[in-house]
Amino acid sequence: MRELRSVTGKAAVLDRADVDTDQIIPKQFLKRIERSGYGEFLFFDWVKDPAFFLNDPENREAPILIAGRNFGCGSSREHAAWALEDFGFRVVIAPSFGDIFRTNAVNTGLAPIVLAESRIAELREALAGENELTVDLEQLWITHPGGLRIEFEFDAHAQETLVNGLDDVARTLQRAGEITAYESTHAARFDTRALPI
Amino acid sequence: MHEVTSPQAFESLRVNGRPVRRPELTIATMDHNVPTVDGPITDDLARAQLDALRRNCEDFGIRLYATGSGREGIVHVIGPELGITQPGMTIVCGDSHTSTHGAFGALAFGIGTSEVEHVLATQTLPQALPKTMRIRFNGTLPFGLAAKDMVLAAIGKIGVSGGQGHVVEYAGPAIEALSMEGRMTVCNMSIEAGARAGMIAPDEVTFAYLEGRPGAPPGAAWEAAVAQWRELRTDHDATFDRELEVDVSSLKPQVTWGTNPGMVAPVDAVVPDPADFGDPAEREAVERALAYMDLAPGTPLVDIRIDKVFIGSCTNARIEDLRIAAKVVAGKQVAGHVRAIVVPGSAQVKLQAEAEGLDEIFQAAGFEWRRAGCSMCLGMNPDVLGPGDRCASTSNRNFEGRQGAGSRTHLLSPAMAAAAAVAGHFVDARELV
Ligand code: SF4
Repeated sequence: MRELRSVTGKAAVLDRADVDTDQIIPKQFLKRIERSGYGEFLFFDWVKDPAFFLNDPENREAPILIAGRNFGCGSSREHAAWALEDFGFRVVIAPSFGDIFRTNAVNTGLAPIVLAESRIAELREALAGENELTVDLEQLWITHPGGLRIEFEFDAHAQETLVNGLDDVARTLQRAGEITAYESTHAARFDTRALPI
Repeated sequence: MHEVTSPQAFESLRVNGRPVRRPELTIATMDHNVPTVDGPITDDLARAQLDALRRNCEDFGIRLYATGSGREGIVHVIGPELGITQPGMTIVCGDSHTSTHGAFGALAFGIGTSEVEHVLATQTLPQALPKTMRIRFNGTLPFGLAAKDMVLAAIGKIGVSGGQGHVVEYAGPAIEALSMEGRMTVCNMSIEAGARAGMIAPDEVTFAYLEGRPGAPPGAAWEAAVAQWRELRTDHDATFDRELEVDVSSLKPQVTWGTNPGMVAPVDAVVPDPADFGDPAEREAVERALAYMDLAPGTPLVDIRIDKVFIGSCTNARIEDLRIAAKVVAGKQVAGHVRAIVVPGSAQVKLQAEAEGLDEIFQAAGFEWRRAGCSMCLGMNPDVLGPGDRCASTSNRNFEGRQGAGSRTHLLSPAMAAAAAVAGHFVDARELV
């Protein structure tokens, strides 16, 4: 996974609440067995509307997405995070996220940042002047060239994962001893391989 | 696990040279992509994905219930059916409706593909402590209503993000009175309220359901297990981050009118007016939803004509659901302009239904009787709605395009879907029986 220490660039705004992962990447694109190449299908149905935000050339090059509350709700498909990342987004800022999407984003190298609606309003006001933001994942703040600085909270484990581009599985495997110790006192109730055919 | 959210997890295991730590604790099935009519798979991508699952399960030593094995089906239907969904367990799957398994007093939640790999490689998953919520369903559910009406009403109340960050315990007399099938329907929809998981304390109903199933503890181990499971109840003095009460005594059958499961109303209500919503974001969402659904404010729900009916999905395709739907349609005919299909949740449910003659009742009424799978719940297989098609569906999501690009989904219970099939529009199912 790519490291994500800090990102500077334009911010694109998708002003809609409850955007579900079915909209981010519809089901017909979940049949592929690869992990890359989903960007071109991002918001596949909504992009057909010429007024949709991604049809503005300026938004297409933005690495930062500002979204509405409950972004990424619904299906667990990690393809939604893959599509956003593959399209070029590195950060999504929203008042809240679907729980599974939020984890998927971190595991994809895409930072899901929660900001109160009022702080997002401040950001958008600043962006109306000059469309540029810097999101610093190490310092946990967002700055605008006009002087605005907004701090945010971020889960420490997720921060470590993103900033260093870590592989979460490798990190857990370093603790294999603890897992073995747990397993030695917790016998399994069944063996799926012994179930009837 | 199933074919759609697992291939990249296995690929990463291979690339990193990682084995599956505990293959005996994992089970796989084919459900999302499989056709529900006889004959070969004509979709090359779907076939490749199913072949990949078969190969991955062989390579890593995982038990797979493949199409035609006789025990395949929707992953959340076969787990309980096999008796491997048990109280006190932690169960994960690359699927958001994994919350279904919480009906047994298990902590069960959906995960992403990276997490699937994490679990396969380590049999663990790092988790932040969730917040807790309890929803108490009080009163007695009126005759003819179902678990689906209870959970839709609750989602209507708390909204599609009301459960975010929470694990929900469903409790109260109306929950205790539900069968395991009904409890699974309630827990299944937890994610539609934004909750990660939903659970119900195990009781005699739970134990009776599990006893004798292939994965249930045999002999003396059974008594020991049940004794342990009886302990899995919330303490009387426990506190929750959030508590909610729903009185079901005066509940009416529920039908969704919008593009998320929280946009729901009793069947005798009318389509709401966006102007009645104070919050501008909500008003805009309702306007968008009504435009997409092609519905005018003030239209009585019973005046909405439907084109398709889907009885299926991990929410409502268990044997009890099919029995209830069959009872409604027995001796009647599907309306002339409606196309209706029944897709059992698993191969075992299909067998059981056929043994009871339900397939004949459905077919005599004009329903198509299909093979098990996810089918039209998300339309990854050929069972897709066309643009503008309006469907009465027992599934769990009415998102834009969920059942096919441009299609319109109304969620309801199996009895209500069956009644709509006969009437050709929404109707209180109790008027038909
Ligand atoms: S039936 Fe629908 S919701 Fe359930 S697992 Fe299948 S696709 Fe997902």
